[in-house]
Amino acid sequence: MLVLEDVHTHYGKIEALHGVSVEVKKGEIVSLIGANGAGKTTLLMTVCGNPQATSGRVILQGRDITRDLTSNIMRSGISIVPEGRRVFSGLTVEENLHMGGFFNTKSEIRKSQEHVYELFPRLKEREHQRAGTMSGGEQQMLAIGRALMSKPNMIILDEPSLGLAPLVIKQIFEIIGKLREEGITVFLVEQNAHQALNLADRGYVLETGRIRLHDTGKNLLANPDVQNAYLGG
Amino acid sequence: MSEASLYFIQQLVNGLTIGSTYALIAIGYTMVYGIIGMINFAHGEIYMIGAYTALIAITGLATLGVSWLPLILIVALVCAVIVSSAMGWAVERAAYRPVRGRHRLIPLISAIGMSIFLQNYVHLAQGSRNIGFPLMIQGGFDFGGDDTFRGSISYMQMTIFVTTLICMTALSLFISRSRIGRACRAVSQDLGMANLLGIDTNRIIAATFVIGAALAAVAGLLLGMYYGSIDPLFGFIAGLKAFTAAVLGGIGSIPGAMLGGLILGVSESMTSGYISGAYKDVVSFGLLILILLFKPTGLLGKPEVEKI
Repeated sequence: MLVLEDVHTHYGKIEALHGVSVEVKKGEIVSLIGANGAGKTTLLMTVCGNPQATSGRVILQGRDITRDLTSNIMRSGISIVPEGRRVFSGLTVEENLHMGGFFNTKSEIRKSQEHVYELFPRLKEREHQRAGTMSGGEQQMLAIGRALMSKPNMIILDEPSLGLAPLVIKQIFEIIGKLREEGITVFLVEQNAHQALNLADRGYVLETGRIRLHDTGKNLLANPDVQNAYLGG
Repeated sequence: MSEASLYFIQQLVNGLTIGSTYALIAIGYTMVYGIIGMINFAHGEIYMIGAYTALIAITGLATLGVSWLPLILIVALVCAVIVSSAMGWAVERAAYRPVRGRHRLIPLISAIGMSIFLQNYVHLAQGSRNIGFPLMIQGGFDFGGDDTFRGSISYMQMTIFVTTLICMTALSLFISRSRIGRACRAVSQDLGMANLLGIDTNRIIAATFVIGAALAAVAGLLLGMYYGSIDPLFGFIAGLKAFTAAVLGGIGSIPGAMLGGLILGVSESMTSGYISGAYKDVVSFGLLILILLFKPTGLLGKPEVEKI
């Protein structure tokens, strides 16, 4: 589904990723964990083409997208729930969802919208409310719903649990599990390593721009190095 | 009605007329600012070019012997809107897109350069002197008074009101209901995120320049007919006034631009009517200074509050 081969990414002159190779297979949940500043968000944004990789290749569904424009990449069956949610705060919940399905027909949008409301009944209640007035958890649901509107084959989530209450985090992880059941491939970046690895088929550990470890989710959870560094001993 | 109140109503009518055209031009400033956070300093010139295009179309039709007024006006309007929109698009392509994302001063300078270029281009192509604009809509009706003072609304003023009202309603509907309008709002809130949804943000940015330019062209035709003459500097003062109106109402806010334009127009005409015409610019720019001092976000502009 998604392959990164020896990807290097720079911010100006500073290299943030020093040759990263990651693979996400169809139907999998793959978690990427790592400390602050390890380059997790950079890795995801490189997939989205903003910034573009300076060398190496990014392949999405068999197609080399390393040099594609962000707007083209994001129209080829992939969508993102970005760090900090980034809902359009002045738009209503419904308008936010419609932005997610921007390139779909009206009937497709209606169907996807109903589907999102089934997953998150809360969003239906708030349909006509401005997104900026909702709680963090609700905004996170909206960000996920918006990403689902384009009916993606793969969804990228960047720290979906950040800043949320434990109960809401549990709900969000349940939804991520449901996405897999629907056949959507999930690439998840988390600081909440325990839950992310628990849910994942496979996981990668990113440290200062390099992949340190790569194994199944269960094995990583059992790995003493991972336990020390990311699971609080 | 007493003469004093008639006089007041007359000033109000005059002020609203001018104010509504300021509002039309101000929308172009405010939309572009709302999306890319920069002032389009060539906007006044786009408006001026709209007026010239309309005049050329009117002259052309007259040469062809067309004399049916509605046809002349519609053709002039359509030509002005098309040429100005193309100009708006070209300004974005030439002066903004290549330098977007650089230091804020750079697009500012390139836009001012564009403005000087367009002004001088019209100087060369059309000459520097005033050109008479045919007064095609004449007459009006009196709403009171006697021989000493007569309050009246001209048909031209009514045309300005009605046209502006139609444009504003159409724009409001477009922004609030249409798919592209929704994308414009989304891009103005978070351009990067809109891009991450697959939206070609360059196109949306170009669309805002084009919409602003089209409205400026409408104002160009209306004010050309209202004043009865145009020159290559026609856009300069109008641009400054409309910019003031946009800041007054809250730059980035479309209802703000509408309100700001009306307030500015009315305060100018009241100054002309009760103090002296020479002071009207003092009052407009005085208002700008006051609003910047005491409410820098403008009347309807809101400071950005983000909920985390």
